[in-house]
This record gives sequence, structure tokens and C-alpha cells, in this order.
Amino acid sequence: MNDALGMPATVVLLGGTSDIGLAIVGRLVAAGASTVVLAGRDRAGLDAAAGRLGSAAKIVVMPYDARSDTAHASVVEGITEQVGDLDLVICAVGMLGEKDPITQDPRRATEVMHATYVGPASTLLAVAQRMRRQGHGRIVVLSSVAGERVRASNFVYGSAKAGLDGFAQGLGDALAGTGVDVLVVRPGFVRTRMTAHLEDGPFATTPEHVASATVRALERGDDLIWVPGVVRWVMAVLRHLPRALFRRVSA
Amino acid sequence: MTVTTLSGWGRAGSSAAQVVAVPPGSPPRLVDHPRGTLARGMARSYGDAARNAGGVVLDMTGRARLHSFDDTLGHLRVDAGATLDEVLRAVVPHGWFLPVTPGTSMITVGGAIAADVHGKNHVAAGSFRGHVRGFSLLLADGSTRWVTPDDREVFAATLGGMGLTGIVLDAEIALRRITTTWLRATTRTTDDLDATLSALDTSRAEYRIATLDLMRTDRRLGRAIVETAEHADESPDAERPLAYDPAPHLTVPAGMPGGLLNRVSARAVTRLWFARAPRRPRQDLVDMAGFFYPLDAIADWNRLYGPRGFVQYQFAVPVGQEETVRRVAERFATARCPTFVVVLKRLGPGGGMLSFPIDGWTMAVDIPAGVAELSSLLDGCDELVCRAGGRVYLAKDGRLRAERVPVMYSELDRWQQTRDRLDPHGRWRSDLGRRLGLCRS
Repeated sequence: MNDALGMPATVVLLGGTSDIGLAIVGRLVAAGASTVVLAGRDRAGLDAAAGRLGSAAKIVVMPYDARSDTAHASVVEGITEQVGDLDLVICAVGMLGEKDPITQDPRRATEVMHATYVGPASTLLAVAQRMRRQGHGRIVVLSSVAGERVRASNFVYGSAKAGLDGFAQGLGDALAGTGVDVLVVRPGFVRTRMTAHLEDGPFATTPEHVASATVRALERGDDLIWVPGVVRWVMAVLRHLPRALFRRVSA
Repeated sequence: MTVTTLSGWGRAGSSAAQVVAVPPGSPPRLVDHPRGTLARGMARSYGDAARNAGGVVLDMTGRARLHSFDDTLGHLRVDAGATLDEVLRAVVPHGWFLPVTPGTSMITVGGAIAADVHGKNHVAAGSFRGHVRGFSLLLADGSTRWVTPDDREVFAATLGGMGLTGIVLDAEIALRRITTTWLRATTRTTDDLDATLSALDTSRAEYRIATLDLMRTDRRLGRAIVETAEHADESPDAERPLAYDPAPHLTVPAGMPGGLLNRVSARAVTRLWFARAPRRPRQDLVDMAGFFYPLDAIADWNRLYGPRGFVQYQFAVPVGQEETVRRVAERFATARCPTFVVVLKRLGPGGGMLSFPIDGWTMAVDIPAGVAELSSLLDGCDELVCRAGGRVYLAKDGRLRAERVPVMYSELDRWQQTRDRLDPHGRWRSDLGRRLGLCRS
């Protein structure tokens, strides 16, 4: 169960090697979470992450590939068979893809779309259905400001995040009154393994900062946050810029 | 049958269940549901005790018939869905009162049994358990059993068992005599926690309670308004000494914004409260409803905390652990935590497997749920309480960690064995039970 202060006992991290996801999980374990499922495709990376989380919680590692066409419902079923009720599921799956997708192999773009939108969305639908049956649960979706207004430099990833963000918000509304809620987290530029090869964007932040803001949002029962908070206002402006101007500032 | 989102009185956290209103007269029809069944009364437990996520919740408040009342012995047989308020309206005019009552009359008799409630007179009267002559318990297999105190295991497991041993259908309770609906109360203020503890401990009055100031870190932390009282034989209304007809004066509307109850308002309310309190002991005749149920005068007062709700932290520690009371008080004060209605009481010896009271002290604190770092603050308090041999009150709890429960409740094993015997297939379940490992998930 999630307790009265919003803290879960059982946490599932989809994208079990994600820096941001693991930072959130670390905080939740410190706050009392007793079971953690790390689901992902890099077995060695998952085992290493499990080791770093320490012994305060029981840790289960599960194979999961968001890109695969296998029914994600069976992945969710497999997880509940092992740990019972899902109190909190964090979706931290995504693939950035190469810069300037305009020159990219379309098959590679499809992979980014699958990993960032199609796979996570289909998995989250299965998660939501399970949570609806259990009458409680919370979902955290790591979206991105990249999806809030899609830029030329990463429009495949950005459009996939836009899809996921919309999906997550609609899912949250569809779940109203079922005891299940959805928190959408829109980080700005975060320094992680995924962005290590890039130069810092404006208002660059860290996984730890995103994690503390996410846990605070869980305590407060928020349904949408930006990290750092200031990018909310930056995006509010950028979203409404005329195309020609947006092209220049976002290049 | 509809799926409804349910919360506790604190409104922090919710889950959805199929709520079935149990009609008056007939016992509830049990259905096998993979996520079990739970009885719900007035849902005045603060956390998740009256929720059953994804399962069936039986609303028992429709079963509220008074079966019989022996006016010479004061024995009342009543449906468990009746509220204490309904009971009082029926029996007070005949000169009878509940020997034990919590701070609200808006709970059901079934809830009073499930939480084994206590009042401001626990030293003198014990908990609700001591005044229950028997109850009919609907068991997991669909049969009904009349349980008396002689049926020791089942009785001790059900009083305080948080509704997880079966459904109490009706009960016979022993009332106490009163001659008026008034109390002779003495109100005084103390200057610090030591004086507060000593005022509660040395008073011989039946009812004793202190309202504490935790909104300060100086040596006056824990100063209090101490009220002691006895039932009075005189009444300002000589014609109708047993009149009892309380009504809420105010209703808090739905949709109150969050954040109204914060550090600033907590301090202002506390100051105002103390400014109005008499410096030297003052004697008054006070009416029963005002003394026992002050907050019942404000309908839906829990909405004052806004949409995020609040938690109540109530713990007890044994006699000799007064230092723990002080350290918990200091934690709240130094954390700059906005605290409302902080109450300290003396408890007498307890009993029952999961019953809360132990010979010692109990403090209850209301805190808005959105306060930063509240989880770790309360976890730290749990640690102190555990080390002192104390416990947290399950009827108030929404956030205790499961591993603390066996430490706090040493008879948990015995309770679980009794529960397993009564309910081998795990029909009775609640969110509290899931969270604390008291039942199957």
C-alpha cells in the first residue's frame, strides 16, 4: 500500500538502469519502500544497480524490453506474481537516438519511437489495468520538456515523448475515481548517461534533483511537475513562440 | 454495488472498493471476492483501517437498530452500525451514559469495538472492552457466534482487532448511571511539560486531559490547558437535567483549499487558545456534549485541512518514559511542524491483543499531510516510541512501517494465530492490514 504520506511499499522501475529512475527508487527505499523491482534489458546493469541499492529492501530483477513486440501485459503479470500489489510504478524507459534525425535511418527512428512511446505506453496500460483491479496504485511517468514543443534537433525523441506525455495525462484522467493516480514529470536537461555525450542545455539539472522533486510531488499528490521548476515558465513561453522565432532560438 | 473511492477521516490517501450498503434487519450477504471483505462504519479512523482496495466494503451504518434496553441494569443491545450519538440520544434521557467514550460520538458501536476505543477516563474506566458484555460476530464461514468475555481468545482478538476477525453485527454494552448531562470541570494552565504531566498524574478526577502547546522551542514547550472533570449531580436546567440534543453549529464546506492550516495559523490558534484559558484553576459546570465531543460541533472539520488531508500521530509509552514524551514533543517543535489539537492523556493498564492503551501516557498530534519531511519526522518518533516500549494507535495510523508492528504489539503473534483460526482463507482484509502485514494482500 501507499501510505497516507504517499510513500509506497512496493516500487517497480521500468527502465531499471535509468539514472533518474534509480535516484527516485533510492529515495523511496530510504523512506521505507520494502520491495523494489528493476525491469530492463541490460542484465548486468540491473544487477549492478540492485547491488548499489543496498540491503534495506528486497530487490527483484526482471527482464523487460520496451521495444519488443511481446505482450507487455505478461511482463506486468510476471511482476505481480512475484511481488503482489504494485504500489508505485515508475516509467523511466526511453531512447534518445542520434542528433539530427533528419539524416537518420528510418528503422533507427522506429526503434526510438518504440522504446520511448509505444513500448512504455503499452506497458503502462497493462499496469493501469492491474492497478484498477487492485483499487489503488500510483504511476510516475518520466516525460520531458522535449515533448512540450518538439525541436528540429531531436524531433523523433521529442515527438515520442510528446506522445507519452499526452498518453500519461489521458491515462491519469481515465483513472480518476479508481484509487489510481498518475504523476507526469517533465525534466529539463538532466546530466545522465543518456545525455553524457551532449553539452549541458540551459537550466541543466541532476538525477538527484529530479528524484527529490518527484518524491516531494508524490507526498503532495501532484499530477504534473517540471524540474527544475523554472522550465515550466520557460516552456510556457517557448510553446507559444511563432515557428520562425522558435526555429532560431531552439537551433 | 458501485466502485467508490474511500478515504479515512484524515483524507490523506484513498483507494477504491465495491461498496455495498447492508440493509437494516438482515445480516450482510457474504460474497467470495479475491480481495476480501471489510466492514465500514463512520470511517472515523484516520488512515486506511476502513478501506479495502479492490475488494468489497460493507457499509454497516444502515444497521442501526436498538434491540433492547434494560433500564434497571443499564444493559443495551444494539446493532453495531448504530453510532454512539444514536445510542446517547436513546439512553441519556433515562439517566445512562457510555462508561467509555472517545473524543467523538460520530463512530459506530462496531468501530468502538474494532478499535477498542478509550476516553479521558481510561485510568478509572479502562477501554471500551471492559464494558462489552457480548457481541455477535459474523465469521468468515458465514456462521454467527455470540462472543462474551469468557470466550477469551476471540474476545481479546476482536476488541482492538481492527475489524479483521469478523463483522460485529450487534453488541450488548453495559452503561453507567448519570443524574445530569453536566460535568463539574476544572480548567487550569500549566507552564511547562513537567507541570502538565504532574497535573494529569496527581489529579483524582475521573476525566483528565491536557491540550499542549508544541509551537515553541523554549522551556515552556508542553505547557498546557489541563481540564479535569467529574459527572455533576446539579444541572443549570433543573427542569430537564437529562436533556441531550447536541447539533453541529457549523459545517465546513467541501472544496476547502489546502494550506489554511499552516505554521502561522497553528501558532495563532495556540496563542488564542491559551490567552482565553484561565491562569488560575477555574471551576465550571460544562455540558456533556461540549466536554466530550467539542469537535462534533463542527461538521466535517477534517475538510479544514484541504484536499491533501492530514494525519494524526498518536502514540503511547509506559509510565517512567516521560522523557520520551518530551523528546517527541521536542522533535515536533524543532522541526517547525504545524501542530493542531495536541492532546496528552494518562492511561491505565491495558489488555487485549492489539488494543492500544498501556499503563502510561498517550499523546495525539494532528499534522497537515503536505508538510515537508513529515515521513522522516514521524519515522524518528516511531523509533523513540519503540525504544521506550510504546506503540502507535492503529485506528489513527496511516503511515507506520510494517516491521514496527511486532515490536510495538508483543501479542501480534497470538492475535495472528487466533485470526488464522477464525479466518483461515483470509476473507477479512483492509488496507491497514495490507500495509502492516496484518492480513493477506
